[in-house]
Amino acid sequence: MNFAYYPGCSARGSSKDYEMSTQAVCKALDMRLVDIPDWNCCGSTPAHAVDTELSAALCVRNLDIAAQQKAEVLLTPCPSCLSNLRMAAKRMENPAFRSRVDELLDGPSAKEFPPVTSVMQGIAAQMDMGAITARVRQSLKGLKLVAYYGCLMSRPAEVMNFGDPENPTLMEEMMSACGAEMLDFPLKTACCGASFGIPERPMTAKNSGRILELATRLGADAIVVACPLCQMNLDLRQDQASAAMDTKFRMPVLYFTQMMGIAFDLPEKELGLNKLCVSADGLIRKLGELRREEAAKPAEQKAKAAEGGR
Amino acid sequence: MNEAINLNRLRDPAFTEEVEAHSGQKVSTCYQCGNCTAGCPAGFVYDMQVNQIMRAVQLGLKDAVLDSRSIWMCLSCSTCSQRCPNNIDVAGVMETLRHMARKEGRVAVPKVEKFWFSFLDTVRTFGRTHEIGTMALYMMRSLRVFTDVDLAPEALKKGKLGLKPHILPGGAGPVTRIFTRYKERAKREGVRP
Repeated sequence: MNFAYYPGCSARGSSKDYEMSTQAVCKALDMRLVDIPDWNCCGSTPAHAVDTELSAALCVRNLDIAAQQKAEVLLTPCPSCLSNLRMAAKRMENPAFRSRVDELLDGPSAKEFPPVTSVMQGIAAQMDMGAITARVRQSLKGLKLVAYYGCLMSRPAEVMNFGDPENPTLMEEMMSACGAEMLDFPLKTACCGASFGIPERPMTAKNSGRILELATRLGADAIVVACPLCQMNLDLRQDQASAAMDTKFRMPVLYFTQMMGIAFDLPEKELGLNKLCVSADGLIRKLGELRREEAAKPAEQKAKAAEGGR
Repeated sequence: MNEAINLNRLRDPAFTEEVEAHSGQKVSTCYQCGNCTAGCPAGFVYDMQVNQIMRAVQLGLKDAVLDSRSIWMCLSCSTCSQRCPNNIDVAGVMETLRHMARKEGRVAVPKVEKFWFSFLDTVRTFGRTHEIGTMALYMMRSLRVFTDVDLAPEALKKGKLGLKPHILPGGAGPVTRIFTRYKERAKREGVRP
């Protein structure tokens, strides 16, 4: 089945691995993501921080394109894009706001826009967790993971509509469906420091440091994320966070799609694992050992393990 | 924040109304429980804590609020809004205050605004974000030329920084025009774009 898709700018740069693994996993699940033509940047935080109408105009141009394509739903992997597109659509319900935004565009915008949702929720809407389990070729059983959602996926609650805004669980459900053991993670919706890594390093280093520290102390093998900016702050900036916390973290931070891809046994190349700054090699090795140990067990135990693991 | 404030001299009651009108939030219902401040991940770099900002808005202390660093350091994570027992969208109020300050040309933390415009200028030019371009513009404008140079080798090695900008297939015109109209309208309306 085809889905209208808004990749967002980071998919072409700092989160190429998210894009690659999203495409690979969706393909494996028979979901074809088709870019809407000529899409532009949603403006991200800088646009809404500067002006609400400017931010909305940048978003509405994309929503308009999706409407022209008669898309039933628009999927995006990035929580920041998702939040901006949804906020814009909501604000456009106000006629006065709409006319101010239309003034900034080449022409009046469509009367109605298709709903926008995250790739994660898009997958969950297409299939139940049993269908994901059925696609698993290499169970993640034995891996301890924490799901980290960041700020934007669940807040503001009335716009994001993602379950309990301080305790979302969809990522845990998906990872559990792949066999992983999910640890309770109290900082799952805390802020990583967002885009302040550039103008105000201590803000991002300390906030990301807190998250990395807790995950380390809980004994997690990796942090699983769904946001390009969270991933960058926790992975590329992990040494900065280490310095702020006066320690040395060594915590792999993978996109949920990379983790699903590993469980589906998709080629590593397609998942962009080589783009991670903190290598996932140890994790892959551990997983390989776990599965080999399992295979070496006597046949009757093996049957039991397969039952539990898949 | 412990010095005496002469309320008669500093209060601007119209300011409270203006903030409530622009944000659509009833700031007057804040009863200072402090939940917003307790959960704020940016509080450690604030000059006024977010509950103090809410109180200052109620009192109409326009200068104290619009000249504060805090409204620029807010991460927009909305933890405060989520936890407010009176359902005030506190993060929305912070954003409104930042917009009001900007329009008047009050920029207590210029490096933050410089970063935003370094980002937005690449969007205006190419239609999509250009990460290296954003960094280069920011270093130039803020004169902080060593910003994140420690990260550059790793990011380049991993192929995570696109050297070439991604320009919209049909050209960046439609996006550039959005920015042009935005600037022209701000000029007409007599506010800083």
